[in-house]
Amino acid sequence: MAHESNYIVGVYEDEDVLLKAIKTVRDGGVKIHEVYSPFPVHGIDDVLGYKKSRLSVVAFMFGVLGTSLALTMQFGMMSIDWPMIIGGKDYAPVPSFIPVTFELTVLLASFGMVGTFMIISNLKPWGKPKIFDKRITDDKHIVAIDLGKNKVAESAIDKLLKDSGASEVNKKTL
Amino acid sequence: MIAESAIREPLVTGGKTVHDVTEDICSRVEQKPAKTWLLAMAVSLGALTVGLYAVAMTLWEGIGMWGLNKTVGWAWDITNFVWWVGIGHAGTLISAILLLFRQRWRMSINRAAEAMTIFAVICAAMFPVLHMGRPWLGFYWALPLPNTFGSLWVNFNSPLLWDVFAISTYFSVSLVFWYIGLIPDFATIRDRATNKISAAIYGALSFGWDGAAKTWSRYETVALVLAGLATPLVLSVHTIVSFDFATSVIPGWHTTIFPPYFVAGAIFSGFAMVLTLLLITRKVYKLEDYITIQHIELMNIVIIITGSIVGVAYITELFMAWYSGVEAEQYAFYNRALGPYWWAYASMMTCNVISPQLFWFKKIRTNLAATFVISIIVNIGMWFERFVIIVTSLHRDFLPSSWAMFYPTVYDMGVYLFTFGLFFTAFFLFAKFFPVINMAEVKSIIKATGEKINK
Repeated sequence: MAHESNYIVGVYEDEDVLLKAIKTVRDGGVKIHEVYSPFPVHGIDDVLGYKKSRLSVVAFMFGVLGTSLALTMQFGMMSIDWPMIIGGKDYAPVPSFIPVTFELTVLLASFGMVGTFMIISNLKPWGKPKIFDKRITDDKHIVAIDLGKNKVAESAIDKLLKDSGASEVNKKTL
Repeated sequence: MIAESAIREPLVTGGKTVHDVTEDICSRVEQKPAKTWLLAMAVSLGALTVGLYAVAMTLWEGIGMWGLNKTVGWAWDITNFVWWVGIGHAGTLISAILLLFRQRWRMSINRAAEAMTIFAVICAAMFPVLHMGRPWLGFYWALPLPNTFGSLWVNFNSPLLWDVFAISTYFSVSLVFWYIGLIPDFATIRDRATNKISAAIYGALSFGWDGAAKTWSRYETVALVLAGLATPLVLSVHTIVSFDFATSVIPGWHTTIFPPYFVAGAIFSGFAMVLTLLLITRKVYKLEDYITIQHIELMNIVIIITGSIVGVAYITELFMAWYSGVEAEQYAFYNRALGPYWWAYASMMTCNVISPQLFWFKKIRTNLAATFVISIIVNIGMWFERFVIIVTSLHRDFLPSSWAMFYPTVYDMGVYLFTFGLFFTAFFLFAKFFPVINMAEVKSIIKATGEKINK
């Protein structure tokens, strides 16, 4: 990490308190760096203003790629490169190609989408995550606010977090 | 926010808090292995070693070591293959289909069920691979690779080739689905690790997971789309397995009801195996608050439904044999029920059609001992089903002079034992070193469906 930033971290115990707190903090004109949770919290995308992920579109595109590759491979091998009559079927036995085409579509869609997810979310075995608080993989939710990117005074943010139900407010340099 | 009807039974009992979930599941991973675990591991490794001898002999001498003959060219090998693949189906049904139907009771059983799927598919794959005789050449026989025959490509008209694609896709997609679910839980273990080695290992396994809201949002999309892809996939896999038989012209195999009948049978046997494994895991790991009687009852209901579908399929087969008026077909079914393999047919009918009907009684389907016994009976029954379909259709073929019986050799049994050793070794390793319950998912429902509101 090239440069370090100062963060102010609000710790929350409950997901419903967290959702209300995010709204309060954002309404107070404070920019939230990110929220970290031990489990997916329903409705958090809306209060944070995150758009719906487009990974399903990625999956569809990779699926189309899988279908095309599978059909190209099968027609290329069975109809063009070495045409042969097998079991009385013609050189382009389309019904016979359905199972393999389906499987390759699913395979490429899944792997393409998961691979894209890994890359955009920076998930890799040697990945070193920013950990504001180790308890976020246990039972605590945290709201991290980058002080350098906010014009609101530190004491005001501190008060805003505490008033919105944070059980602790810590400072962290990462 | 998740709202839950007040009349629903809680899915997690015992007043667990979110922190309790972490403690209960992670402590199993962090503790030293228990004596019972070491003993169980020793037994499975023993089975694996004994079985390895049979596998080695099969590879060294060839498949002549098995009891196959000119008439019965498929027997235990393919029976075991179909049996193991079928067992795998419950894992995907629980994790994918129940996710699409928003069934939250899947959450505390999906991890172990998916692990079972993956290990069962590995065991299944052993049989066609060994049946090749020279599996090191199998790449050219089974995969469309350029080769020195011309290139003479693999035959895309063959259901056996479809199977190669179906099973390998199924295995890889299930593995990815399972692993994506494991990542947040590995991060929990990483953050609790007290020594450097486990911090490094679980750190690498957790792929640098940070629990950010953005990542969770993408993660949920990925899980949902994977479930959508895995649902038709799992149905396609056993459909294609059934094509291995249904596209042939052998009486008893050449039927159009095979795909749905095989899929129902697969889910039936898979749920039985999930119950067998989870009842033990639940007891040994004291997970009674997570895998409740309600979970077991719901799984037993799935068993009644799929078991009844299988029963209807058996009767339909008999009816169609009679109604079609095809003599060869009629003889195949007469021979199944009353021929020399009548005992296999009778075992199949008793175990698969009659035994699950006992679950109509609430007392029986909520009784752990009864469930455990019936789950094993169902698995025996489903093994017999595949044996009946395969061997009784083959052993009296079109030419009475070549009619024969099948007698398994010690090597047939040894290879089967090998897969049991492999399956249980893998499952016990999983149960010790991986979180057996999907912590992140269970935590997300604690507040809505836990007994006590977590404040």
